[in-house]
Amino acid sequence: MHSSYIISQTDPRPLYLQVKEQIRHRIAVGELKPGDEIPSIRALAADIRVSVITIKRTYLELEREGVIQTRQGRGSFVADNVRLGDSLKEQELDSHLQAAVRAAALLNLTEEQLAERLRAISRDIKTEKP
Amino acid sequence: MTIESSAQAFALRGVGKSFRYFKLEGLDLSLPLGQIMGLVGPNGAGKSTTIRLLMGLLAPEAGLIEVLGYPVPARIAEAKREVAFVADDMRLFGGATLAWHMQFMASIYAGWDQAYAVLLMRRFGLRAEQPVRSLSRGEHVKALLLLALARRPRLLILDEPTSGLDPVARQELLTELMEIVRDDSRSILFSSHNTMDVERISDQIAFLDRGRLVDVRDKETFLERWRRFQVDLPLECRLPALTDIVAESREGRLATLTTNHFQPTQVAAVEQAGGRVHEVQRMSLEEIFVASVMRNRGEQLS
Repeated sequence: MHSSYIISQTDPRPLYLQVKEQIRHRIAVGELKPGDEIPSIRALAADIRVSVITIKRTYLELEREGVIQTRQGRGSFVADNVRLGDSLKEQELDSHLQAAVRAAALLNLTEEQLAERLRAISRDIKTEKP
Repeated sequence: MTIESSAQAFALRGVGKSFRYFKLEGLDLSLPLGQIMGLVGPNGAGKSTTIRLLMGLLAPEAGLIEVLGYPVPARIAEAKREVAFVADDMRLFGGATLAWHMQFMASIYAGWDQAYAVLLMRRFGLRAEQPVRSLSRGEHVKALLLLALARRPRLLILDEPTSGLDPVARQELLTELMEIVRDDSRSILFSSHNTMDVERISDQIAFLDRGRLVDVRDKETFLERWRRFQVDLPLECRLPALTDIVAESREGRLATLTTNHFQPTQVAAVEQAGGRVHEVQRMSLEEIFVASVMRNRGEQLS
């Protein structure tokens, strides 16, 4: 069972993306290593009770991003040359920053205003009591 | 006469059936093997009629029906060996026990899996020796599901399977349904009001309303195409005419647009007209369903 995959009903992200992020996360923390086999699409779908077509989309995108490789008739594997650990986390950070830049554009903020808000939020987080 | 390749769990082509107060018209619907289809519709949409046509319980007045490659209703008896059907209003033999029912099914169906039946009994919290008359409503539905699942059917058809179940039993059922499609030759059709269940496990989604198929698509395409955008717009500005907009509302400086075929050019057109798109939202299956039905009814009126 792969019950440690969590599908959240309150997460606004679509299901395929939730599963994708969790596979990437497993690679980022070293739980899955280059060359490791990952479950077949149908097996993972059954284990986490999400439609086959959703997991198919997850795997297709991970393949396109070079994170996994599917070998015909042999299954899917974490790519040998996957950009691991920090660089994968950097990609994740970049995608958050891209979202922030897009949101700022919708608010007509300048780059400097966005940077100032980032510094303010950063200060707030640092002063938060644990 | 065959409709198409045998790679379909079922196929309906141009199917029609009329009753005194209700008419099902021009229904085209098919499901590839190995997939789950969720049939969604308000009460009286024609979901149960569609299912009864597939099970040969009703004869169509027009069109062709095939189930696992067998023409229906002509050869329904052969199809039924590999098709299991559950509706929550099905009756069991009240005085007999669940064990008796299990033996009865084993004597009829070659594919009966007694070990799986016993496992399901434990998972569903049912007792072999209890007369089915004394089952609660939820237990009755679970007993029906057990008797269908343990046949290991190639096609499982469920009419509102989760309606009488508590949240725990519903999750157990979803688990068993997903177990079925580990095997890529087995398929499921289920109707439901619970769009959350449909959204989670269906590969294909079909919307029915008032006897017509409003839309059918694979789920990912469905969810990917629909978007709602919130627009801020100066009072003097008019919203541009956009393609693929199914609903539009405006309240002063705020407008909401719903599209069933999202394209970035729609956002660009709104901004060119002087509006500012401040949010583009995904929609849940339930929201998509309601918007589809409202639009369908609007078109019927006009």
